[in-house]
Amino acid sequence: MAAAVDSSVVVPASIPRPPDRYRTFTAVISWAAPASLILIVVVLLQQAWPSVVRFGPGFIIGQDWNQVTNTFGALPFIFGTVVTSAIALVIALPVGIAVAVLLAEPGAQGLRGALGTGIELLAAIPSVVYGIWALYVLAPWALLHIETPITDHLAAIPFLGGIPRQTSLFTAALVLAVMILPTLSAVSRDVIRAVPRGLRESTVALGATWWETIWKVILPAARAGIFGATVLALGRALAETVAVAMVIGNRPEIPHSIFAPGYTLAAVIANEFVEATGEIYQGALVEIGLVLILVTLTVNVLALILVHSAKARAAV
Amino acid sequence: MRRNLWRRFSSSFAAGVMYALTILALVPLGLVLWFTVTKGLPSVANLEFFLNSQRPSGIPGGGIANAIVGSAVIVALASLAAIPIGVLSGVYLAEYGAGRWANWVRLASDVLVGAPSIALGLFAYALVVVPQHHFSGTAASVALAILMLPVVIRTTESAVGLIPNGLRESGLALGLPRWRVSLQLILPAAAPGVITGALLAVARAAGETAPVLFTALGNQRLSFDPNHPMSTLPLVVFRDALTPYKDLQQEAWGAALVLVVMVLFINLGSRWVLRRQIRLARQL
Repeated sequence: MAAAVDSSVVVPASIPRPPDRYRTFTAVISWAAPASLILIVVVLLQQAWPSVVRFGPGFIIGQDWNQVTNTFGALPFIFGTVVTSAIALVIALPVGIAVAVLLAEPGAQGLRGALGTGIELLAAIPSVVYGIWALYVLAPWALLHIETPITDHLAAIPFLGGIPRQTSLFTAALVLAVMILPTLSAVSRDVIRAVPRGLRESTVALGATWWETIWKVILPAARAGIFGATVLALGRALAETVAVAMVIGNRPEIPHSIFAPGYTLAAVIANEFVEATGEIYQGALVEIGLVLILVTLTVNVLALILVHSAKARAAV
Repeated sequence: MRRNLWRRFSSSFAAGVMYALTILALVPLGLVLWFTVTKGLPSVANLEFFLNSQRPSGIPGGGIANAIVGSAVIVALASLAAIPIGVLSGVYLAEYGAGRWANWVRLASDVLVGAPSIALGLFAYALVVVPQHHFSGTAASVALAILMLPVVIRTTESAVGLIPNGLRESGLALGLPRWRVSLQLILPAAAPGVITGALLAVARAAGETAPVLFTALGNQRLSFDPNHPMSTLPLVVFRDALTPYKDLQQEAWGAALVLVVMVLFINLGSRWVLRRQIRLARQL
């Protein structure tokens, strides 16, 4: 239908259009964003090359991180990054969806407007401030009120035993949960808002209560988009650096408990890059950065596709 | 009848749970603000804190003047690059943004927003620090400029998109060339939105630690020269907080408070301006 309309519009060929230099100029400028994205990946690959050549694909599954013998493997960091992000998502997801549902409600703003502002301010606080707060306030509290009770009573469950520490995978996950919450709830809110109004109205007209409308109609309709929001939040969690570096304990090994110290991809670069000597060691750290950026880019593209298609489908 | 009562009850109960979870979500915000203010105040209450530079642990009278200057110089340089490029890219997306190329630009900037900031630091290190053989504020500015760029692009696009088409059409009807309509008519009308977007990008850049770690590196002395290592506020918080010395930890809390106040000020202010802008645009 649209194609038929387009072809019927005839541009008169007799009037020569002057070249739109302004358009060309701004279009060239707009290359900056895609170009820097490509350039980043290329430059990191070039810097990481000594390590890529030396360790090959084994870098990903290598467990050693030894500056003395110059053997480097990324597995402990990949493990730490994946585990902390996963725990953070599990904690943040129910809260994030609740916030999104409330903020997406049509009608009076008032209290909800204030809540929305609060959630957005959560996103504005610099990660290093979360870091210092987590190090001095959250970590001691979590050790006393969460980690110790769990290790005392549930030690039989894998990954929940051992001696709890203030700086641990779990503490890092707790901070991450707070930090990804705004992304999760803001994107979910937009997706829920995109659910056609008629759907909500007809459900209410059939006599459904508020909760039945949300649980049986709105959330199922927004499911794909909420999944996209979750993946986007995962991308944020994977990329977070300093707040995690301050509370994860910085130990390059795969721990047996989530209450033990660990390490993440981003944190090891932040802590060790300045002092890294030798092109193999430095290359290994840059290769970790390369792994990190390729994973987060993939996750982000996937999330954007999910969110966009969910919104587009809802708008029909 | 009882079934209806149960349904109504469970609905109210679920609403209660939702509100409780939302308030739970705000607890960390309150706690972070409370502890930053109470722990940072003793530092900030002293005027020397803003006038002196950092001193080693044990020597009283240390301040964060070097970090404030460093943050200002580095972020200003980054803004000088990121804001003009970002605004023009955003204008392009708003004016000619229907094509396939524009969608690639949008995708790239959306993806760039989520790129790990530590990777931007590695990139700036390879691009500036390695050829120059020394750490510098300029290198940090390069990393932060890339960080700011996508934020400026997308906020400019949406701010320009808010301007009603009638303004553009009346400009074109008067025979103005497209670039004059865009730069002298549309952009001034969208200025509050564009400026708040730029300010939000500045706030984000000023709060970043990871890209600055091995580009600006940090510098205990006051320096205005971006060709040398410089300190920034987040660097002070990060490094001092991890030391075992009480006086340096105190300095870290003070720097954290300065950061938080700046970020909250910019964010709340820009929300207010944006809301006014949207109301004005509706009236046009």
